[in-house]
Amino acid sequence: MDAKFFPQTAELLRFLPEIILTIAGTLLLVLEGFKKDEDSRSVISTLAAISIGLAMYGTVVAYDNPGMAFSNMLVSDGFAAFFRLVVLGVGLLTVLCSTSYLEREKSNSGEFYVLLLFSLAGQCLMAAANELIMVFIGLEVSSIASYILAGYIRDDKRGNESSLKYFLLGSFATAFLLYGVAWVYGMTGSTNLQEIRVALDKGVPSMTMVSAAVGLMLVGFAFKISAAPFQVWAPDVYQGAPAPVSGFLSAGPKAVAFAVMIRVFQTAFGSLMPKLEPVLWVMALATMTIGNFAAMWQNNIKRMLGYSSIAHAGYVLVAVTSNSATGTAAAMFYLAAYGMMNYGAFAIVTHVAGKGEEHVTLDHMKGLSQRQPAVAALLTVFLLSLIGVPLTAGFFGKFYIFKSAIDSHMYWLTALGLLNSAVAAYYYLRVLVVMYMHESESTEPVEAIPGGLKITMWLTAAMTLVLGVFPGLVLDFATKFAVLNK
Amino acid sequence: MNLLDILIAAPLLGFLITLMLPKGNAGLVKLFTLIFSIGVFAASLLLIGPVLERPAVMTWVTDAPWIGTPAIRYHVGMDGVSLWLVLLSTLLTPISILLSWKYIDHRVKEFFAFLLLLEFGLIGVFVAVDLFLFYVFWEVCLVPMYFLIGIWGHDRRIYAAVKFFLYTMVGSVLMLAAILYIYSKAGTFDYPALLLMMESGKFTMTHLEETLLFLAFFLAFAIKVPLFPLHTWLPDAHVEAPTAGSVMLAAVMLKMGTYGLLRFCLPMFPNASKENANWIVVLAITGIIFGALVALVQPNMKKLVAYSSVSHLGFVVLGLFSGNQWGLDGAVYVMLAHGISTGALFMLVGFLYERQHSLEIKDYGGVATPAPWLSTVFLVTTLASIGMPMLNNFVGEFLVLQGASQINIWWAVFAATGVILSACYMLWMYQRTFFGETPDSVKHHMHDLGAREWACIVPLLVLMVWMGIAAQSFLPSIGASNKTIIDRTALQTKSTTTHAEVSNHGR
Repeated sequence: MDAKFFPQTAELLRFLPEIILTIAGTLLLVLEGFKKDEDSRSVISTLAAISIGLAMYGTVVAYDNPGMAFSNMLVSDGFAAFFRLVVLGVGLLTVLCSTSYLEREKSNSGEFYVLLLFSLAGQCLMAAANELIMVFIGLEVSSIASYILAGYIRDDKRGNESSLKYFLLGSFATAFLLYGVAWVYGMTGSTNLQEIRVALDKGVPSMTMVSAAVGLMLVGFAFKISAAPFQVWAPDVYQGAPAPVSGFLSAGPKAVAFAVMIRVFQTAFGSLMPKLEPVLWVMALATMTIGNFAAMWQNNIKRMLGYSSIAHAGYVLVAVTSNSATGTAAAMFYLAAYGMMNYGAFAIVTHVAGKGEEHVTLDHMKGLSQRQPAVAALLTVFLLSLIGVPLTAGFFGKFYIFKSAIDSHMYWLTALGLLNSAVAAYYYLRVLVVMYMHESESTEPVEAIPGGLKITMWLTAAMTLVLGVFPGLVLDFATKFAVLNK
Repeated sequence: MNLLDILIAAPLLGFLITLMLPKGNAGLVKLFTLIFSIGVFAASLLLIGPVLERPAVMTWVTDAPWIGTPAIRYHVGMDGVSLWLVLLSTLLTPISILLSWKYIDHRVKEFFAFLLLLEFGLIGVFVAVDLFLFYVFWEVCLVPMYFLIGIWGHDRRIYAAVKFFLYTMVGSVLMLAAILYIYSKAGTFDYPALLLMMESGKFTMTHLEETLLFLAFFLAFAIKVPLFPLHTWLPDAHVEAPTAGSVMLAAVMLKMGTYGLLRFCLPMFPNASKENANWIVVLAITGIIFGALVALVQPNMKKLVAYSSVSHLGFVVLGLFSGNQWGLDGAVYVMLAHGISTGALFMLVGFLYERQHSLEIKDYGGVATPAPWLSTVFLVTTLASIGMPMLNNFVGEFLVLQGASQINIWWAVFAATGVILSACYMLWMYQRTFFGETPDSVKHHMHDLGAREWACIVPLLVLMVWMGIAAQSFLPSIGASNKTIIDRTALQTKSTTTHAEVSNHGR
């Protein structure tokens, strides 16, 4: 297709979510300058939520106009729409949780929402990227905003540490990715996924170089999804970042990094997947095992959820390893379900942690079931879902993943992965134990739950249970969209 | 939507309603759950008639699609075996509620709500005939029991609750892997469809596949039974659980494991069941003798009864893997009888604990003097438990021993020592607790059975006697169900009994 100076309307529609988010972010940045006093800033969070809602609508419009855009740099397909909706959903929950959080921490300002919108724009771009340079741009837009969000509470030491660590290691990872992209370009003469595939089929000067390039890109992705052995940043970052941001980082960017990984490997490097399988196999098992065994010793709940998010990345890697349409669908379902239940858990941590996030250890959860029975019950739903008990979304997530693994004849990985999930039950149960089986030590009065947080908790819990009984609501879409344009 | 569907849904509904009742009003919560669960029990009695007409086939079947991909169906039904286990669950739930009337004094609402949730899971487990659905109910049972032990238990309750959860979880995830493997081969979770495919040769397994799948299922069930040497969670869970938890655990939950062996392991993997029968039976007999010997030296009553469960459940496994009609019928009969008599024993130990606040045998003595009725009831239950003729356990254990002796006389000889040992430990405990000098503290605290306690124990006493003298009320339906399993598996080839004798038995 010839490059045209003016893009066609349909191309713009395929790019609509990103357009909406970018314009809304820029406008809010300007608007913030006019709102000097703190109180009137609440309008910004409302506007941010509306923009995300509009971007969701934009996603639907983009889905209704399937096809490539901007000289095949972007693709608007069901797969892209699915992940755009997942990250936008997570973004919406983040806005709902952050308003009261930022007020509590006396850091209420518009930039937070602006950064969030930019980060979402980058993530939506990643979901639709059909080109390695686009992947890189989306990743950078998303990451740079996320680095700042992680250290948003400026006078908090842990937040600063988290932000710096995330920034340094993230840049490192992106460099690996970019290096890999450069090698791929050198070998195939293209950064477009379909063209790379064609070039590989025709034959390239050195397959070794291509394999090395794929290896470099895998390192970059592994950092982003916190897969072993590149997982070390995750617990520190999730522990130090503001709780709503930790929830955001563990759900949104991670989901979309998986999306990119699946799309790139299956579209461009499909022929290399059999070679890659043993590597992914080991990586999946190592990620699950390291995440679960490290989580067992944590007393800080945010840190525990950080390690648990590593373990969950391992489960999704099992689905990626299976390299099939059912595997992709299982990964999509899992990432959507995980986004919900994990965000729900972080929303509760946000509430329980209290001012300055001082109450984030297991000891602070003692007797929560008596002080705040509803909160404890909701957290129970999320934890049971993270364990993978039936009638929750998490159970079907694991079920579909391990089913796809069995379909791909990975019996050992299935057995070891399922045993891993039994190990994981131990540390989630520890939280249930302190909430329900210990007496409360705190005499502080119970804080009321702010409206946004309340909506987040109940909404995510309800969705976790509904998907636990009717997984088809999401899985049918995932199955439909899992077949990627080769 | 038939009566069985309503019965499955009702406890879940009751659970939700209970959660919504006002927190402060404990009396209302107790009354509601009691009346509700009695209603469920009464309704469950209506199930009996149609099942008894044709016990060999599934009655009250509902088969509706639940999830499209993969094809998971809500497929339930009951035959002559599941009928009695469902009734056991619905009977013991109101009894457990009544039992906890005074004992539970904090977080009353949650306690009674969890009992109803447990009932939901238990009924589901015994009627699900879709492998996936079965797994769902199997796991659902885990959660309420975990909380029952962990919140309302004794001192080491947390350790016991977590151990209980993790043990079961490890077994069940391997079962899930096996279920997924079967689906990937056969393309269905539907159990009757699966059996039809196996009969017609559409679904075949290699020897290795069958062995591994069998072991995956077997491990999950063996942990739940619990079979020696996987039993270590059981004494902890029993000792720490509140009385109602112990009753439900011993009487019904352990049967989930043996029911799973009977319903799924034997028919699906007939060759593996036969090949592995020898070492499994050795473990079962070891469990019978080991459980009995350990029970003999227990200073703690609840632990003693818990180890006696290990011993009794060994009989069930022995019967199941004898693989003939007597063995299977006896196994199911012991399951029911053990549910009644051990449930009653835990209840009576609970009554003693409520009076004296001790589970140690040495803190008691001469209880018969201040509490003659309690002692009488305890004696009847003790005799039932040790397999006294005319009482319930005798029938089952006799059939199991007869079935085992058909295969290998030494199995029966060794297993029979368990019966003798059970008389030793139970009667010795009875003697030390109820006879002899009455210490002052016992005199002071011990009063006889109250009306509520009578109401709890009488139904079980009636059943002990009924099952002991009128086994024919239960055996024909159990036998007919088991016969379909035996016919299908041709497991009895080793047995010297002719087919005619087998099918005549129990009619």
